[in-house]
Amino acid sequence: MSKMVTLTIDGIEVKAPEGSTVLEAAKLANIKIPTLCYLKGINEIGACRICVVDVGVKNLQASCVYPVAEGMKVITNSPKVREARRVTLELILSNHDRKCLTCVRSENCELQRLAKDLQVDDIRFEGKKNDYNIDDFSDSVVRDPNKCILCRRCTSVCKNIQTVSAIETNERGFDTIVASPFNISLKDTPCVNCGQCINVCPVGALREKDNIDKVWEAIADPDLHVVVQTAPAVRVAIGEEFGLPIGTRCTGKMVAALKRLGFDKVFDTDTAADLTIMEEGTELIERIKNGGKLPLITSCSPGWIKFIEHNYPDLLDNLSTCKSPQIMFGAILKTYYAEKMGIDPAKIFVVSVMPCTAKKFEVKRPELSATGYPDVDVSITTREAARMIKEAGIDFNSLPDENFDDPMGDASGAGVIFGATGGVMEAALRTVVDILTGKDNDDIEYKAVRGLDGIKVAEVKAGDLTLRAAVAHGLGNARKIMDQIRSGEADYHFVEIMACPGGCVNGGGQPIQPAAVRNEIDICAERAKAIYTEDENIQIRKSHKNERIMKLYEEFLEKPGSHKAHELLHTHYEERENYPEECCGNI
Amino acid sequence: MGCKCENNCADQKVQELIEIIDKHKGKKGALIPVLHDAQNLYGYLPLQVQKIISERMNIPLAEIYGVVTFYTQFSLNQKGKYQIRVCLGTACYVKGSGKIYEELKKELKLSGDGTTEDGLFSLESCRCIGACGLAPVIMINDDVYGELVPADVPDIIKKYRDRK
Ligand code: SF4
Ligand code: SF4
Ligand code: SF4
Ligand code: FES
Ligand code: FES
Repeated sequence: MSKMVTLTIDGIEVKAPEGSTVLEAAKLANIKIPTLCYLKGINEIGACRICVVDVGVKNLQASCVYPVAEGMKVITNSPKVREARRVTLELILSNHDRKCLTCVRSENCELQRLAKDLQVDDIRFEGKKNDYNIDDFSDSVVRDPNKCILCRRCTSVCKNIQTVSAIETNERGFDTIVASPFNISLKDTPCVNCGQCINVCPVGALREKDNIDKVWEAIADPDLHVVVQTAPAVRVAIGEEFGLPIGTRCTGKMVAALKRLGFDKVFDTDTAADLTIMEEGTELIERIKNGGKLPLITSCSPGWIKFIEHNYPDLLDNLSTCKSPQIMFGAILKTYYAEKMGIDPAKIFVVSVMPCTAKKFEVKRPELSATGYPDVDVSITTREAARMIKEAGIDFNSLPDENFDDPMGDASGAGVIFGATGGVMEAALRTVVDILTGKDNDDIEYKAVRGLDGIKVAEVKAGDLTLRAAVAHGLGNARKIMDQIRSGEADYHFVEIMACPGGCVNGGGQPIQPAAVRNEIDICAERAKAIYTEDENIQIRKSHKNERIMKLYEEFLEKPGSHKAHELLHTHYEERENYPEECCGNI
Repeated sequence: MGCKCENNCADQKVQELIEIIDKHKGKKGALIPVLHDAQNLYGYLPLQVQKIISERMNIPLAEIYGVVTFYTQFSLNQKGKYQIRVCLGTACYVKGSGKIYEELKKELKLSGDGTTEDGLFSLESCRCIGACGLAPVIMINDDVYGELVPADVPDIIKKYRDRK
């Protein structure tokens, strides 16, 4: 137990652990201090000064970084404090592109909220305003510096959590701007498109590249057969966009809503996750048996793929050659499904609803077009899907539950857990252990690989073999494991890596929860709980027991790892330069 | 004018840059002295120089660029023989230094801060240079010109062009 100190806040006596901040102590006394830049665990740098309080010294102090002390007397609410906060906020607003009516974050904006809470009714300082270009060249992330309030949450997450550092705070004073070096577009930086910066941004300065128009256009085109697939993490989060509690499972309502939007078929990406397990599991067993490159590292997370291409090109051979589930699904839809339904693949338009912004970049990779057409045509985020549902005037919460369509709508519980960190590993173990032991094992919940520890390690017995497995989520953790692999310190058989902290449930395309919520609730844990409940409620919980998948092999792919499977379901990777090499003529 | 990368002189400079980096590498706070010496070597810190520093010191380019643009002692642009600084500080701005800046851009065929193709002039906007009484003010190397109107600009530039 750490030592406790006693202080008074607004006349209330509070005991708080030594080393905690005034802000944390105030929370213990149920006193709410407004904050703006602060985001627990990610950004605790005292940049904005909205949270100032009177601690009895000459100047007001930022409570989110000011430590408590024995006998301290804090005043959080006095005319002086209120005026200081208001002036700070008005200064921020005076250089802010206040276009709330057309801003994607309106009604979910921490700045807008604060202006309301602090009763800003006039902005007294109308001075010079910055006028920057919007960077929308990236396939995934759009940056609008005119709305940036320089809180630095995005640079913290990009640098400290993801260890990418594609954006930084540049220049100084009035010219200060968050951007990539030399104002290069994000598109040409080592940015991995994970969208974690979007999820922490309090305002509309970062958002996904919106593809909604393309989807509406396709739906309206009578010549196109428009198919949508939804990733596992979407169903446990989309409800938040309609005011439902975090962790509400909305599979049936989500399917019903998508059908009402006018998609011809609504399929489940989880089915393709089962397919991925068949291919990747086979690949693992083969590499172990034939002395192939180990550890085998998962390849489902496109943010992770771009990261390894930039940072560990020497280890690309360790990656599984499997395409990600959404892409596998696209390839199957434009071949097997097209044949079965008698539809020209050119006329099939595949949309994916993903918790992820990196998938937008992934679908544009030229190598991911098994039929000569892109495997997936357009990828939209959970947020965009929710916006479409709202635009169509669908009352989400009162929809009846509906089922995914045949013939590609069935998935096992193994496919569902892909959405949480450790899920791909657990799904693979359920299948690989069965194959290696030749038995139908009942022990299928691998709890050691669940949960939110940054790196999880497990040893699993499969007959004579002890499988050594490791799981990392968040690219900072991935970097640690990769360094161990590179130096030869680690000797795992199988490694799962997801780019986003917590896995896809916390992907860069998921509903955005403000700091006020994130400081209190672990959204990853809540959404993951819903995923595991979903798994428990499905009868078939192993990928190789999914009859739909077995039939797919029988009728079309022959067997896992077959020539045809390789043509359609596998891919390759290449080294990427960190910043494009222009002519070096200026040196 | 800069050299092409195939030329030996460029290679030689890169070699010197690498030596600079290796001399400081590993020490605490090594980045600032490296940037300093690199700027002395090249006269400015373009993308390629920062990239080499980034790769060799294992510091992300974004971080280096953030430092370079934070400190006014570092420059991203090659300096011309005649360095023009236009004050855009409050006093000068109010008295129309923005228009002077525009006129200079036109005269030098630049789209903003930068260096002319012949390397003769570099243009840079800056904060108050402490001569507010003369606003609007520009400086060319050590010469100060005050109380300017845009029409003065062509003659001033001509003076330096003729000097060569
Ligand atoms: S970022 Fe917030 S305050 Fe700014 S325009 Fe958008 S909604 Fe309004
Ligand atoms: S998308 Fe990810 S990698 Fe790119 S800038 Fe944002 S946080 Fe950094
Ligand atoms: S882009 Fe958003 S998160 Fe980043 S500094 Fe600006 S306001 Fe903060
Ligand atoms: S300084 Fe405390 S919230 Fe920004
Ligand atoms: S504002 Fe220009 S010299 Fe002071």
